[in-house]
Amino acid sequence: MSDTTPVVQGRGIVKRYGHVTAIDHSDFELRRGEILAVIGDNGAGKSSIVKAICGATIPDEGEILIEGKKVNFTSPIDARNMGIEIVYQQLAMSPALSIADNMFMGREIRKQGFMGKYLRQLDRPAMEKFARKKLTELGLMTVQSINQAVETLSGGQRQGVAVARAAAFATKFIIMDEPTAALGVKESRKVLELIQDVRGRGIPIILISHNMPHVFEVADRIHVHRLGKRLCTIDPKDYTMSDAVAFMTGAKEPPKEDAA
Amino acid sequence: MSETNQSTPEFEAAASRAETVAEFEDHRRGVLGKLQHLLHVNPSLVPLIVLVGAMLVFGLLLGSKFFSPFAMTLILQQVQIVGIVAAAQSLVILTAGIDLSVGAIMVFSSVIMGQFTFRYGIPVPIAVMCGLAVGTLIGALNGWLVSRVKLPPFIVTLGMWQIVLATNFLYSANETIRSQDIEANAPFLQFFGTKFSIGGATFTVGVIFMLVLIFVLTYALKHTAWGRHVYAVGDDPEAAELSGVNVHKTLMSVYMLSGLICAFAGWALIGRIGSVSPTSGQLANIESITAVVIGGISLFGGRGSILGSLFGALIVGVFTLGLRLLGADAQWTFLLIGLLIIAAVAVDQWIRKVSG
Repeated sequence: MSDTTPVVQGRGIVKRYGHVTAIDHSDFELRRGEILAVIGDNGAGKSSIVKAICGATIPDEGEILIEGKKVNFTSPIDARNMGIEIVYQQLAMSPALSIADNMFMGREIRKQGFMGKYLRQLDRPAMEKFARKKLTELGLMTVQSINQAVETLSGGQRQGVAVARAAAFATKFIIMDEPTAALGVKESRKVLELIQDVRGRGIPIILISHNMPHVFEVADRIHVHRLGKRLCTIDPKDYTMSDAVAFMTGAKEPPKEDAA
Repeated sequence: MSETNQSTPEFEAAASRAETVAEFEDHRRGVLGKLQHLLHVNPSLVPLIVLVGAMLVFGLLLGSKFFSPFAMTLILQQVQIVGIVAAAQSLVILTAGIDLSVGAIMVFSSVIMGQFTFRYGIPVPIAVMCGLAVGTLIGALNGWLVSRVKLPPFIVTLGMWQIVLATNFLYSANETIRSQDIEANAPFLQFFGTKFSIGGATFTVGVIFMLVLIFVLTYALKHTAWGRHVYAVGDDPEAAELSGVNVHKTLMSVYMLSGLICAFAGWALIGRIGSVSPTSGQLANIESITAVVIGGISLFGGRGSILGSLFGALIVGVFTLGLRLLGADAQWTFLLIGLLIIAAVAVDQWIRKVSG
């Protein structure tokens, strides 16, 4: 794979639900090491296109290439097995379980030898050590105990754990769906820093967001989705937020596809 | 102007609050907060305290009549059936479900074991295996209806309770297999009733089975991925699914295991009462739910420990025997149990507020 091969490339993706076309011959591209923001009006289909990329929906037409290789995901678990992590808006955590339990949910580490093989015992120390290391790397280790229940954390802390979980296991890229939507000003700031930190580690990020200031602050490129397809991709340095909103809503003609 | 004057301090308050929240510090403290936290981490602590308290009270009132190896082991023998069924019930309730068919599965399994032996002359071990298999199968049916057809567990098991109980009466023709016949021809059916004594205390295989079962399930729930998945599914099935947990497989395993454990309870029931009676164990579903609730397992799923259910069952046993030894009307037992149920749920609600 050469350096210019996109991490994700979607070509002519179509998804129909009965008479409704959620994705209408849309393209998609995520490049190495970038934060790509996906913006669009409600109902434009920005969630649909991202779902198609991570296997949550199976497109009717078109193809998806990950690092140049064609893939056919049938579930998000397929995508996860390839090193694609998703941070969901609703966080996908079990509030009553601990931070360590949540980080390893669905991919627990078992002990070596008899205890692990026959009694299927979890390797708690290894899991806790790993979780602590990952949280520390992202500067989140003011947590009291890795064994405290997730429900005892604030919204921002939970989001932090979700991002840390994604960053810990992602080898290809991370999708984040409205990661700051439910957070206060200070907590949003922390999460935006985390996102940039994760990019700093070389993991590209697809960021779905409604929040223009956040998008313009962290994104390297902005994918504008309108009426089920990619309208254009813009460089946030060349356009203002009102331009972006104008493209999104159709108030302004998009630039030619040479931008960004 | 007054508007801005009002909103400014409010905004500042919000901003500074956000700042403290963003730090990973536990700001909930004080005695009550600590207690809440402790109970949150150890959900079976409340029933344990109640159990020890009840034993002390009855011990003080009754002296050695209560604190004797005989009385203590009698309680264990009396709660063994409910204890085993409560273990099954706990698993289902941890997944935010409920199993009203536990008693019916238990009785039907015992009837299968008895009738297969006496009606068809099948060797006892094979008849027992058939009983265990039927219990597991009914559990699987429950699980499939809950997980795949997405019907509410309450409705599924309410229906299954009636179906299994009716099948039980139809199949057995309401016939009881007498204890003497079993003793003479198929003593293995009464295996769980086998008694042995350790220093004046009499144990039965059924009691030991209950204790071992609770121990094994405690281990599995705490130290295996399966156990974590059971909690995660009960907590928030969608979140569990998104985290990569196979929710269907987890639910199926829980309901099938519940059916299997109930079938074992059916076998233990033969050991306890000696005979195979299709009319026995009618209250097992309500009694098991009582034990689970008093044991501090949340009916909303994902919270509690199976050890709590054992304590819950023992609390009921201690109250029943203690009050009987005191010569009180049996209705006092029910009254106190009723109070305990409501108190237990109130405590659960309080613990669940921990993040608020």
